[in-house]
Amino acid sequence: MSVISREELLKLAQLARLKLTEEEISRLPNELSVILEYVRQLDKVDTSGLEPTYQVTGLKNITRTDELKEYQAKPAELLKNAPAVQANQFKVKRVI
Amino acid sequence: MSNWPAISDIAKQVKSGKLKASDLVETALKNLEAKQEYQTVIEITAERARERASKSDALVAQGGEAGRLAGVPFIAKDNFLAYGAKTTASSNILKPFEAPYQATAIERLEAEGAILIAKSNLDAFAHGSSTENSDFFVTKNPHDKTRVPGGSSGGSAAAVALDIVPFALGTDTGGSIRQPAGFCGVVGYKPTYGLVSRSGVIAMASSTDVIGPITRNLDDTAAILDIIAGRDELDSTTIEKDSKGYQLSTSSYQLNAAKIGIIREYMAEGLELGVKQVIDGAVNKLKSAGAEISEVSLPSLPLALAVYYIVCPAEVSSNLARYDGQRYGYSEQSATDLLSSYELSREKGFGAEAKRRIMIGTYVLSSGYYDAYYKKAQTVRTKIISEFADAFEKYDVLVGPTSPTTAFKIGEKVNDPLSMYLSDIMTVAANMSGNPAISIPAGLSSELPVGLQLIGPMKGDRKLLEITKACEELL
Repeated sequence: MSVISREELLKLAQLARLKLTEEEISRLPNELSVILEYVRQLDKVDTSGLEPTYQVTGLKNITRTDELKEYQAKPAELLKNAPAVQANQFKVKRVI
Repeated sequence: MSNWPAISDIAKQVKSGKLKASDLVETALKNLEAKQEYQTVIEITAERARERASKSDALVAQGGEAGRLAGVPFIAKDNFLAYGAKTTASSNILKPFEAPYQATAIERLEAEGAILIAKSNLDAFAHGSSTENSDFFVTKNPHDKTRVPGGSSGGSAAAVALDIVPFALGTDTGGSIRQPAGFCGVVGYKPTYGLVSRSGVIAMASSTDVIGPITRNLDDTAAILDIIAGRDELDSTTIEKDSKGYQLSTSSYQLNAAKIGIIREYMAEGLELGVKQVIDGAVNKLKSAGAEISEVSLPSLPLALAVYYIVCPAEVSSNLARYDGQRYGYSEQSATDLLSSYELSREKGFGAEAKRRIMIGTYVLSSGYYDAYYKKAQTVRTKIISEFADAFEKYDVLVGPTSPTTAFKIGEKVNDPLSMYLSDIMTVAANMSGNPAISIPAGLSSELPVGLQLIGPMKGDRKLLEITKACEELL
């Protein structure tokens, strides 16, 4: 049975950019282990000789002409939802 | 039972001037108010609807072409972007979000004269089977207010069952159209993967997400599908629609030409007795009408749920990465640097189920686990697809229950994620394979609706609709 340790949980949360509360840190290891244990039933399935399927319709390399088009959304409307804007651009906290 | 005429009749009467789009919109808005206690919708788009309705009425007065859905009011699940309306996906992180553009499906419906009147409740980001995972409130089942409507398109299914509007849009990633349609006693259609453009719909699991209508009958399902189906330049995963379209002709399909397989694995243990009895009864009616029916085994189908709960969280964890509090949605102002801005915005903006799925998805995709979980799941997926393909060599459609139980009590499964997941056990296989599938009302068990599920061959949407229409007439 796969059991997720507190350290592993915190590592995952950090990878996913989630800050967990103490309540979640105590609840999640067990919840996730129950789900992971359920999905491990696939271990017993014989899949030798089979390839994985990532896409079901078999479409490949769908292209279109690369041209500028008028679209419904205008830059000003797109920026309306932004938490912070400066000089018509998204403003974020210091990156480096 | 229903006060709304068939969709094509509504449009006909609006175009002839007998009915006014403005009156239909007011009727739908009044219906919403009268059924408020069921909490089907998050936002009412009354102003937008009234504007469109008067335009439509003016067009008709001038002798213009008002479209195949002229004046037909509808509701869209709140994960569809509609221009100028709030779009939250029932999540706190998108609570302040106003759509700057709109979904192709809504665009196509409105181009034919349909009128959006409200956005319906769902499990946040469509993660769930009951609407209890909505960050806002729980929708009530129209047949019993102490029970869930199913989910995640629970608000849409309940609204149609309550006769608020003639149809609603939903999304189905693991059963989210069919299961609530079954629980609420209406028709829910999941098209072949790729048949309906997802541009402007908030992504959950991109390899299985589809869009479909929730209606009261098959003619309406076909009428809506015919309009929203087909290639869209804005969604490169879309496929061509059937050359004959999807409108059903009046001369109905003859069931005695149909070969129907009953999926053995779906009639086995875990199926509620009352549900089994209704499904057996429905199958007997199809048999009496001359359908050739036999049992068929697809042994890998019960594994689809395990496949789903690896693939879906993996894709969810990727798709939810964009909600980081920087460009739109909730942003935590107390954050001091970029990393804490991400972490705190996501911590406060996501509910318990979204976090659970992000964590599982991150786990199964992380190095060292990728082959054991994700790759293995996608390989079992191949097995499921080939079992379906084999079965459709012999059968026109496959049938079984939509869900193992009728609608459960509000609160019954909310603290047990795995038992909640299990309510999708009979719907997820068609999502993993991409096959079209539908739930239609088959009868009642202890006064609660039971859905009959019919699954069709890949890209065989038209055939599935024809056969289902013949079944609908018998049930």
